Amino acid sequence: MTLAGGSLILGLTACRKEGQPGSGGVTDVGSADIGILNLAYALEQIGAAFYIKANAAYYNNAPLSEKRVLFDIMHHEMAHRDFLKALLGSNAIRELQFDFSFVDFTSRDSVLKTGKLLEDTDVTFYNGIAPFLQSTDHLKIPTKIVSVEARHSAALRDLLYPKSAEFAGDDIVDPLTGLEFSFTPNSTANGQSIVATINTFLLTKISALQLP
Amino acid sequence: MKALKIFEEAYEKEVIEKNFSRREALTRGLGLGLKTALAAVPFGLLDALENKAQAAPSTPDIIKILNYALTLEYLEDTFYKQGLATPGLIAAGDMNIFMQISKHETAHVALLITTITALGGTPAAPPTFDFTAGGKFPDVFTSYQRFMGLSAAFEDLGVRAYKGQMLNLAGAKEVLYAALNIHSVEARHAAEVRRLRGSKGWINFAEADGLPGFIYDGEENVVQLGIDVTKVTTVSYGAVTQAFDEPLSMPPVMQVVGPFIQ
Repeated sequence: MTLAGGSLILGLTACRKEGQPGSGGVTDVGSADIGILNLAYALEQIGAAFYIKANAAYYNNAPLSEKRVLFDIMHHEMAHRDFLKALLGSNAIRELQFDFSFVDFTSRDSVLKTGKLLEDTDVTFYNGIAPFLQSTDHLKIPTKIVSVEARHSAALRDLLYPKSAEFAGDDIVDPLTGLEFSFTPNSTANGQSIVATINTFLLTKISALQLP
Repeated sequence: MKALKIFEEAYEKEVIEKNFSRREALTRGLGLGLKTALAAVPFGLLDALENKAQAAPSTPDIIKILNYALTLEYLEDTFYKQGLATPGLIAAGDMNIFMQISKHETAHVALLITTITALGGTPAAPPTFDFTAGGKFPDVFTSYQRFMGLSAAFEDLGVRAYKGQMLNLAGAKEVLYAALNIHSVEARHAAEVRRLRGSKGWINFAEADGLPGFIYDGEENVVQLGIDVTKVTTVSYGAVTQAFDEPLSMPPVMQVVGPFIQ
């Protein structure tokens, strides 16, 4: 019954089935709230798949304290992924196929830096897109998830650069305003767009043509 | 103030170069920092998307929320300034961490004051704080453990407080955007201080970890938009509680903060 409740909320904005692979094999996430939630679902699919691989065989000489962090984050991303899939129901995009060929899973540096990139991308995505959600119910989702992604980013940055200011570094937080730098999915104001970053992790590419 | 001026010039340049479509709307009332942050966001597009527009909160309601946020930022800003000014309190190796946090809290105070003023409101005056909470924490600036404990409590509380106002700001897109982008920074602070205290960085169930328990009331929730997340995933119940942070409304937040205000 609880599942039906979630679907009902989405039903208000669903006007057609979204997220089917279009011509050329690129999956478009769709428009409005469903498009935004599908893009979140894509990111959470990538995050879950990445940490599942990182936990299946830890990098060389990984201490228990670092394994525990990677283990927890994997489960959080899986919970986000599974929740969004349930919420989206028949509007969900397909399960994606991933390309982690550029990650050296035996290397601490490679794994933690890839994790950092994914977490920072999650934060900028949720912060940048949340004001575009039409439903206040849907607005609850990025606000409840984004702070957890920010916690992940801080933890991975702490592992990479201990005892430094990097957990909330000047590269991600504007030192003048104290605001996180955030962007909309297709914005190239920060260089590579969020959608382009997402696609570097995918064999089955996505687009967000109807989102900013 | 020099920084702000440089900032303003940079913003104007950016606006002119990008021919930012909502310039007038943005310059109508928002603070400089906020305007710069918003320059990356195409709010014109946002309006086009809105066929069922949210009822925007009234300006007095926005100002009330921003003054509430300002009071919390005053609390944090004053707390870290006092801590950093107390010789021997903060471990030498952790100074970079607390200086970064303090820098952000000072910036948040300035940003909120500018924004409230620009909206035609009167920024709340800084309260006089008593970080011993009426003698309950007499060692707040002599025990590093106590200082870190209160820091973690204030940061986690800040995350919940901002999260608790997001829905009230729906429809006031620019302010909502600013609130979101302060909120995630507070979460970064919270995680880092939690790690200094020996935990991993996230909130398990509603565990208070030696802090006043009611700060975490409700964090054990696993039902999101009517979906019991534990029923749709294979991950443990505890991990689901960690995966979603929960909001807190104004009254319980002020109940926590109250004893620290003289």
